[in-house]
Amino acid sequence: MDPVINHQLPSPATADAAIECRELSKKFGDFMAVDRISFHVQPGEIFGFLGANGAGKTTAMRMLCGLSYPSSGHATVAGFDVYREQEKIKQHIGYMSQKFSLYDDLTPLENIRFFGGVYGVAERVIKERSRELVQSLGLEKEANKLVGALPLGWKQKLAFAVALFHRPRIVFLDEPTGGVDPVTRRQFWDMIYEAAEKGVTIFVTTHYMDEAEYCDRVTIMVDGKIEALDTPVHLKHRFHCDNMDEVFYRLARTAQRSDA
Amino acid sequence: MKRLRFILQKEFRQMFRDRTILAMMFMLPLIQLGILPLAMNLDVKHINLAIVDNDHSTYTQKLISKIGASGYFIIVTTAPAYKQALFTLENGTADIILEIPASFERNLIREGSQPLNVTVDAINGIKSGIGAAYLLTVIRDFNQDIRLLNNGQPVIAPAVIDTATSAWFNPYEKFTWYIVPGVLVLLLTLVGGFLSALNIVREKEIGTIEQINVTPVKKWQFILGKLVPFWVVGMIVLTVGLLVARLFYGIIPVGSLFLLYLLAAVYLIALLGFGLLVSTISNNQLQAMFIAFFFIMIFVLMSGLFTSVDSMPAWARTIAAGLPITHFMKAVRMIILKGSSFKDVLPVFIIEGLFAIGLNALAIWNYRKTQ
Repeated sequence: MDPVINHQLPSPATADAAIECRELSKKFGDFMAVDRISFHVQPGEIFGFLGANGAGKTTAMRMLCGLSYPSSGHATVAGFDVYREQEKIKQHIGYMSQKFSLYDDLTPLENIRFFGGVYGVAERVIKERSRELVQSLGLEKEANKLVGALPLGWKQKLAFAVALFHRPRIVFLDEPTGGVDPVTRRQFWDMIYEAAEKGVTIFVTTHYMDEAEYCDRVTIMVDGKIEALDTPVHLKHRFHCDNMDEVFYRLARTAQRSDA
Repeated sequence: MKRLRFILQKEFRQMFRDRTILAMMFMLPLIQLGILPLAMNLDVKHINLAIVDNDHSTYTQKLISKIGASGYFIIVTTAPAYKQALFTLENGTADIILEIPASFERNLIREGSQPLNVTVDAINGIKSGIGAAYLLTVIRDFNQDIRLLNNGQPVIAPAVIDTATSAWFNPYEKFTWYIVPGVLVLLLTLVGGFLSALNIVREKEIGTIEQINVTPVKKWQFILGKLVPFWVVGMIVLTVGLLVARLFYGIIPVGSLFLLYLLAAVYLIALLGFGLLVSTISNNQLQAMFIAFFFIMIFVLMSGLFTSVDSMPAWARTIAAGLPITHFMKAVRMIILKGSSFKDVLPVFIIEGLFAIGLNALAIWNYRKTQ
């Protein structure tokens, strides 16, 4: 499963970091869900966030999206502070959660319209873009059916399209391909590449290791800490592995936590 | 403001797509208001009476037929002895026993007085108290009659203060006139309180709230988007309810309809604020239901729907005064039955307005986009 579109890694020096994170931590009681993580993501980069269940991926992502207050450390997203400027961050990011969270009792078009409107996209633009979007997703027949009746694969593609609809600078994808068939996963990654080509920064968590190969850089989280951060090629080289699966296994087998 | 339009559009779409809500909007006032007030009748009628007549005279016959003719009593048995009559009281067939002693007629004529024995089953305090009072009234009337009849001779009757009562605002003293506005308020409270309490929390359960929280939508926009559709539902329920009151019970508000709607509008905002607050506090629909139920139970039983607030103990009156429904209930009855004007219910407007602002502000404040 190779990426269809040849993606160029943006050079690190071109612009300010899309996401910058220093010693960011989240504590629930005595539990360090995220333990002093530091990294930065370049604009237009596809940044993979890997880790076993309970490693702290989703918690870290929620802090960056302004859904959760960090306990300590610093982070900026699109240049805005995660402690004070969450609402400004939200205007500039798209988010797709692990759990499908569009409205089942609305049609795809109604969902698009609602979220577009909430982000402040103009009525005329919404109409134009939704027409294009329905076409490119091949949803013409289903455009007026309720979303609840769509197969999961299409739901996920629609959710991704909605997350990108207001043209955010950064899009956060939390295990976007969970439970989706291989063909749809492939199409999904095509969509991700297409967005990245347009300069959208992609921050994606996954536990499919083949998907990790598609990322420009990969972070592997174990027990709330970042154990490795590099391009897939460098990681494989450093750990003398043939594929990311082995790299991940080497790092993650030391994990103390499983499902948290 | 533009964003609010999109939010409202979505909320209305979802609501009108929900057939249960649509059906309930009309069925609730139609059926509840059509049936409940008739069943909730507090007028005391059909009092079961056991009579022990030890005299069997003309006078006792007259007394018994007078009691029977009053319309309030069903004479279930005429027992030969008090002991047997007591048995009917014990097994529940009779509510009251009237015992007439053997020398009833003779003593009345000779001595001009004769005590009677009335025994009451006081488990249902209201029924027994009112029933006994009715019975005594009938006996007193009978007493007056026989004094006049006594041999056609003018009897030196003791001075009796005769009170003429005139019933205002509800001239036929119909129970439904009192209870129908009450049930209408109850329906508005249920609709407003429950629908809103269950809504936001439902989005929490499904997970869609997360997708909302990650957008730059303002908290007040989100809350207002939830409030307006339910407010519309409440106003529809009120309209159907008023129609039922008119067609089924002939209750036509004496006061201004506009005033009634205006007050209901403010009250609904207050109550929806309460429901939305409950929704932001709870984590799932079960919790929200339980919390809403807890409060609505208090609202209903302490607001003066069934019982007069004035006769509650002082502490209960204090609680009642702290509930938005109490004031609304009183004002609705004032407008519908008395025709009270805006000036009369102005304090209620102020109170409900404060509740509306306070509860909604709390709901907005308590709704967290960032945990």
